[in-house]
Amino acid sequence: VAQTTVAQPAGDVRTAPRTRGSKELRFGGVHGSRATPYLFMLPYLVLFVTFVIVPAVFGIWISLHDWDFLLPGKPWVGLGNYTALFDSESVGFEPFWHGMRATAIFTVASVPFLVLIPLGLAVLLNRQFPGRTFFRAVFFAPYVLGVAVIGLMWRYLLDPSFGAVNGLLGLFGIPPVPWITDQPWAWISLVAVTIWWTIGFNAIIYLAGLADIPGEQYEAAEIDGASIWQQFRYITVPGLRPVLIFIITTTILASANMFGQAYLITQGGPGDSTRTAIIEITERGLRQYRMGEAAAMSYLLAIFLGIIAMINFYLLREKK
Amino acid sequence: MTTVQQPVPTKATTGDLPAVARRRRRGGPRRRNPLFWVVLVLLSLVFVAPLLYMLLTAIKTQVEARSVPPTVFPSEPTLQAFRTLFFADKGSPVLLWLANSMIAATLHSLLVVIICSMAGYALARMEFPLKKTLFGIIIMMPNFEILARFGFLDTLAAIVLPGAASAFGVFFMRQFFSTIPIALEESARIDGAGPWRIFTSIVLPVSRPAIVTLAVISFLANWNDFVFPIYVLFSAEHLTLPVGLSKLQGAYTIDYPVIMAGAAMASIPVLLLYIFVQRYVIEGVASSGIKG
Repeated sequence: VAQTTVAQPAGDVRTAPRTRGSKELRFGGVHGSRATPYLFMLPYLVLFVTFVIVPAVFGIWISLHDWDFLLPGKPWVGLGNYTALFDSESVGFEPFWHGMRATAIFTVASVPFLVLIPLGLAVLLNRQFPGRTFFRAVFFAPYVLGVAVIGLMWRYLLDPSFGAVNGLLGLFGIPPVPWITDQPWAWISLVAVTIWWTIGFNAIIYLAGLADIPGEQYEAAEIDGASIWQQFRYITVPGLRPVLIFIITTTILASANMFGQAYLITQGGPGDSTRTAIIEITERGLRQYRMGEAAAMSYLLAIFLGIIAMINFYLLREKK
Repeated sequence: MTTVQQPVPTKATTGDLPAVARRRRRGGPRRRNPLFWVVLVLLSLVFVAPLLYMLLTAIKTQVEARSVPPTVFPSEPTLQAFRTLFFADKGSPVLLWLANSMIAATLHSLLVVIICSMAGYALARMEFPLKKTLFGIIIMMPNFEILARFGFLDTLAAIVLPGAASAFGVFFMRQFFSTIPIALEESARIDGAGPWRIFTSIVLPVSRPAIVTLAVISFLANWNDFVFPIYVLFSAEHLTLPVGLSKLQGAYTIDYPVIMAGAAMASIPVLLLYIFVQRYVIEGVASSGIKG
């Protein structure tokens, strides 16, 4: 699945507002000893610490070394791996920023469609009609297939010479389009395939948000003579605000982490034009085993994404 | 790809029916604008046709799969691609990949359900703010090193364990447990049951819908996982289907029926699972947004 979820350590563990006199219902009261909640959490915490917390810190350590997985010696280089990324003379400079640029292009080109088209679909599916569940299931179906399947499938369908898409266009007399062999078609293909693959995911989340908007609001607006557009603008959009913030943020981050589509459909090409930052980092770190450089790149990318997420929250925050 | 980018059919939503009637969620069947159905069916085709084409290609000959213009229905259907896939002299132990995917996804899903429901129960009455971050990339290199030190590289453990401490899983189970009336647990406690007993014989049985949802979602996620598995699995007999398929693309660049047959094999189990439990999958996804 395109999105990886990682929990942050709980900064402040507070007790929930108690609904009723529930003191004796909590662990440590009726529910056994004080240690009980920790015993219940133990298996989770073991895996969480081993594969999330420790790596997040260990990665910093790796990034401070000339760390080759295959070599016994891993000399300390301090911030060398980071400064190299800002030194246009270094070998890692060009590939990294090229990858960042490709990631930025894909994110900017895909996010508006990935946010708006599922919203349209959700509004369409939010109406009451027979077979609604069936159609909802159909639109979500591509998402249950992994990126490997959809990548290989679309690589074939988009083949410039014998692909079905050009075949279909040929029926209308449209000459073959170089979907994966020329720009900007390669970006268009990757964006379109991503829309096709993930449309159901965002649409389902929108649908859940739409279901929470009371129908009376529309009826009242109707009586006041509001047009469909005004209803959408002044009832649907504000009602969906929390869902929209969630979707815009997760979609930006998911697009910035795009990997499989470019890896399988365009294989980073034509040229290196669709070789994204994630491909650059994983290939460098896990194929060429230059992990120190790759780790430094990954933190830099994470910082970028963190800043973008913060700007996004700031822009979308509730205006007073 | 022009088909995908069709404008979303606002026409259908601004049809000639009274708006109030359109908005009402309950009530008897109503007349629909025919355009609404045309748009809906055309859109559905956009999502279904590529998958059908994949299946049809899997039973074409290699030559027909590369014909210009492409054919839709195979002129001479053949199972040659599946024979190549299953009985290739060397190189593609596809049944092993299928078994690996099945084992890994099942173990992963079980593990997620067990550890997340335990932790979720412990947290059910505490405030535990979880934030979604998508910076998975920064833990990939260190996780590779950690797996190497445990001797887990190139084993199924490498793809079962790292993602199991799912934040979504804990949060999801916690939300569900919070809705269970505490009275059940109280009375069991009065009868002398301990926390573990209460958890396993009272709480878990009434949580079946949540457990199924989480199990299915984790199974699908693990079955389809790609970016990490392609780097931590190496030997031909240890690959999962998605990883193996991506290697097939290299090995059989021209034999598209074989690749489509492999892709079909990776799709059919999850599509079947999805058809049977789609309600759970969709509810699980829907809940990820609202509470996110």
